[in-house]
Amino acid sequence: MNGADLRWLVPELVVGTLALLLLVVDLFLPQERKSVVGGLGILGLSVAGVGAARVLRDLGGLGAAGVRILWDTYTVDPFGVYFKLVAVVATALVILVGMDFFPRYTAYAGEAYAMLVFNCLGLMLMASSSELITLLVSIELVSLTSYLLAGYLKGNPKSNEAGVKYFLYGAATTGVMAYGFSLLYGATGSTSLYDIAGKLGQLGPVGALGLGMALAGFGFKISMVPFHQWTPDVYEGAPTPVSAYLSVGPKAAGFAALLRTLLVAVPPESLDWRLLMAVLSALSMTVGNLLALPQRNIKRMLAYSSISHAGFMLIAVAAAPSAWARPALLVYVGAYLFTNLGAFFAALVASWSTGSDEIPDFAGLSQRAPGVALAMALFMLSLTGIPPTAGFFGKYYLFSAAVDAGLLWLAVVGVLNSVVSLYYYVGVIRALYLMSPTREVSVSVPRGAGWALVLTALGTLALGVAPQPFVTLIQSAQRLLAGF
Amino acid sequence: MPILTITLFLPLLGTLVVLFLPAHDPARIRRVTLAFAGLTFLSSLAILSYFDFGRREIQLLEEAAWIPAIGVQYKVGVDSMSLALAILTTLLTLLSVVYSLRVEERVKEYNLLFLLLETGMLGVFFSLDFFLFYVFWELTLVPMYFLIGIWGGPRREYAAIKFFLYTLVGSLAMLLAILLLYFHLPPGERTFDVLRILEARPLAGTGLLAQLAFWGFFLSFAIKVPMWPFHTWLPDAHVEAPTAGSVILAAILLKLGTYGFVRFSLPLFPEIFQQHASLVATLAVIGIIYGALVAMAQQDLKKLVAYSSVNHMGYVMLAVAAAAAARGRPELAGPAATALNGAVLEMLAHGVITGALFLIVGVIYDYRTHTRGVEDFGGLWAVLPKYGAVTITAMFASLGLPGLMGFVAEFLIFVGSFAILPVHTALAAIGIIVTAAFFLWTIQRIFLGPTNPRWGNLPDLDRREAWSLVPLVILMIVFGVYPRPLVEFINLSTMQVMQLVGLVR
Repeated sequence: MNGADLRWLVPELVVGTLALLLLVVDLFLPQERKSVVGGLGILGLSVAGVGAARVLRDLGGLGAAGVRILWDTYTVDPFGVYFKLVAVVATALVILVGMDFFPRYTAYAGEAYAMLVFNCLGLMLMASSSELITLLVSIELVSLTSYLLAGYLKGNPKSNEAGVKYFLYGAATTGVMAYGFSLLYGATGSTSLYDIAGKLGQLGPVGALGLGMALAGFGFKISMVPFHQWTPDVYEGAPTPVSAYLSVGPKAAGFAALLRTLLVAVPPESLDWRLLMAVLSALSMTVGNLLALPQRNIKRMLAYSSISHAGFMLIAVAAAPSAWARPALLVYVGAYLFTNLGAFFAALVASWSTGSDEIPDFAGLSQRAPGVALAMALFMLSLTGIPPTAGFFGKYYLFSAAVDAGLLWLAVVGVLNSVVSLYYYVGVIRALYLMSPTREVSVSVPRGAGWALVLTALGTLALGVAPQPFVTLIQSAQRLLAGF
Repeated sequence: MPILTITLFLPLLGTLVVLFLPAHDPARIRRVTLAFAGLTFLSSLAILSYFDFGRREIQLLEEAAWIPAIGVQYKVGVDSMSLALAILTTLLTLLSVVYSLRVEERVKEYNLLFLLLETGMLGVFFSLDFFLFYVFWELTLVPMYFLIGIWGGPRREYAAIKFFLYTLVGSLAMLLAILLLYFHLPPGERTFDVLRILEARPLAGTGLLAQLAFWGFFLSFAIKVPMWPFHTWLPDAHVEAPTAGSVILAAILLKLGTYGFVRFSLPLFPEIFQQHASLVATLAVIGIIYGALVAMAQQDLKKLVAYSSVNHMGYVMLAVAAAAAARGRPELAGPAATALNGAVLEMLAHGVITGALFLIVGVIYDYRTHTRGVEDFGGLWAVLPKYGAVTITAMFASLGLPGLMGFVAEFLIFVGSFAILPVHTALAAIGIIVTAAFFLWTIQRIFLGPTNPRWGNLPDLDRREAWSLVPLVILMIVFGVYPRPLVEFINLSTMQVMQLVGLVR
């Protein structure tokens, strides 16, 4: 470790400092000026985003796949930096909406922004950790702040329920994961992913058991079947911006950590996890979809849909040997970032207008709020994967990876699930456009939420219509430092 | 001048313009939509002046980089088949917009969706890049979902989602097939360029994968056509859609399927198609006879026309299957060319005739009687002489009366197919007889006999309706009496397909 290594940590340092700064600033601001904290948060995150982009550029100039710093516990490679960018963008967008949301429901809006920024720091650390303890600690940073955020509305029983459920479920899976890590350490004598690499193959059942238990922790974060049961209750009860955040931020970082762990520590040659991942992928897609079908509450529907999207992203993990797999995951995460955040934001605005989260209560909203309805329709089509949207481009990449890796059957499962998902996504469009309004509603879109909707909608469209710049970014960001 | 690109994106530009017009001024929205639909039609006619009638290859190529990193480009071009279908598209969109001038409900969204749909359909016919093709293919789904779902009949929501789900199953199967093609190109040369892939035939000799890819395309196109037994979405969608929506569905969207068969399935998988030609022909014949018989049993005039589409698209598929079966037998090259010419001509004829028939149903149902039960009428010709004349012409054209457009197409199909697949073709002739029977019976029940006193003072065609119907009737007669220039034009692309299949040099 030397001082020069710090330059690779600039984004994390900025975000960490920002979180502390927000806490302090919040102390000295009167109630009506808490939005300054949010604004400062977005500003700081933008700086961190620029920092991350610079790190990406510097890494590109380095010629190597990445650098290992802090005694190999931390790996800065383009793959990780990409997920840091995703975390920063997601957090900034959620704070933007949160500035319209939190002041309505709680007196502690400022701390919510700080908590989000702390969470963001955890996500960034997750994406780069290359050592089990560092990984565990960063996952815990994400988890603890997530529990708090899920239960943030103290007066709301559902929010309390969400927080407690999330905590209990999360604590249990963290325990299992920590036990799995300890098995890996005990068997290989090291916690560094680089040292574990290659040793696992000879370990037999202990290695497989350790890996399987570790998988529980990742599975929980990405809401993969069978670790998905918490998702609908938490997403439904949590404040909507937090649900939006949980559906994107921790999920993306969870995938980053999962793929890094698997590719670095357990190359498929040593212990073949591809079939397991393919089966889990098929299960998550199918179970998530089938359970989403009967949902009437939009947040629950989006929760189940996010389980199914985890399944889709797992296609990229299962297809890992293909040159298309990592780009596919990165493209899909990028598409999902804008689309799913947008869907939650639109749901939030729609429920402000109608006073309900029930999809049938959105009936005829296209007549009252054409902009919101149009954005919502766009997000739903993107989640289904209809071109020309980001979601289509993501699915195109995923199916490509599957076909390239010889997993045609998994691509077929994905196709069938896309068709099933059309039914419930179009259910929302049906309410917005096809059904006539049952009652008068007054629609007002607050400024922050409005901007967030515009940005996510533009992102969703841009990635579908003109993806070339994004693909260029992906091609440089797919490099992951593995081996020695 | 990039005339194809201009034609392709004029309607999209119109969509954006309409999007920003205030919703409370429907007259202006209608005028703008009409202007864009008219301009697009003129622009599509202008393509003819650039077209080199001496060449059968795809021409007027326009290319631009789109996503070069993965070999995706914007590439459009036409041959005589796609150009003819594109002109059919712009014409019928224009006439549909004219017919829809009286739509009062949510005018802005209605017109906007029609223009968006037009860009999607033209894109399918123009695209020479599989990725681009897929994008446009899917782009046609969304507007049609809304058109059926918002302005449709009583069971509109069911019909709309059924249409969407069915077509999406097919589309995604096709997407996988396209990916299979793509990944079997050598790594450095991966591209979605249709012309390159047609040339390289990357899946040739891969056995199972080629079979899967063939069936992937097949599923997508067969649902769209629709072939029996994939047709069950059609009666719902056609019956529930608003009149102009049914027109576009029948006249253009069904053609996307047959176009796909001729443009992609035949030249990409000639061996496999030949292997399965008799199965495909059998499905086509079942569709022909089943469609005709079910149409005969209908009380609902709109449903009757819908099922007659199943019947007519069966003829097209019979001819395509016949052309596929002829591969490797040079003595059958002549009949195969005749059958393919007939298939493409039938696509155009069915577009014109069935488009007209749905308008005819709309004229009587939307603004006059609000019923379309065949038994509810009688003696209507005496009350509505102009309407009667138009209807009877269209129905005669549909049943294949010589001197009208439908006859020429069906004649070519039967002559060509009989030499290749005699049994199938002979059985298909049953369809012709039943079709003639039910159309004549329908004419009798609606227009002849004693006048139903309930409809004693219905007004005849008004100007808007005449403007949307008469051009189609003129086309039926002109191309029925003098089809030669059209057949010669179509023959250009037929020769190109035959060459790709290996039937001619």
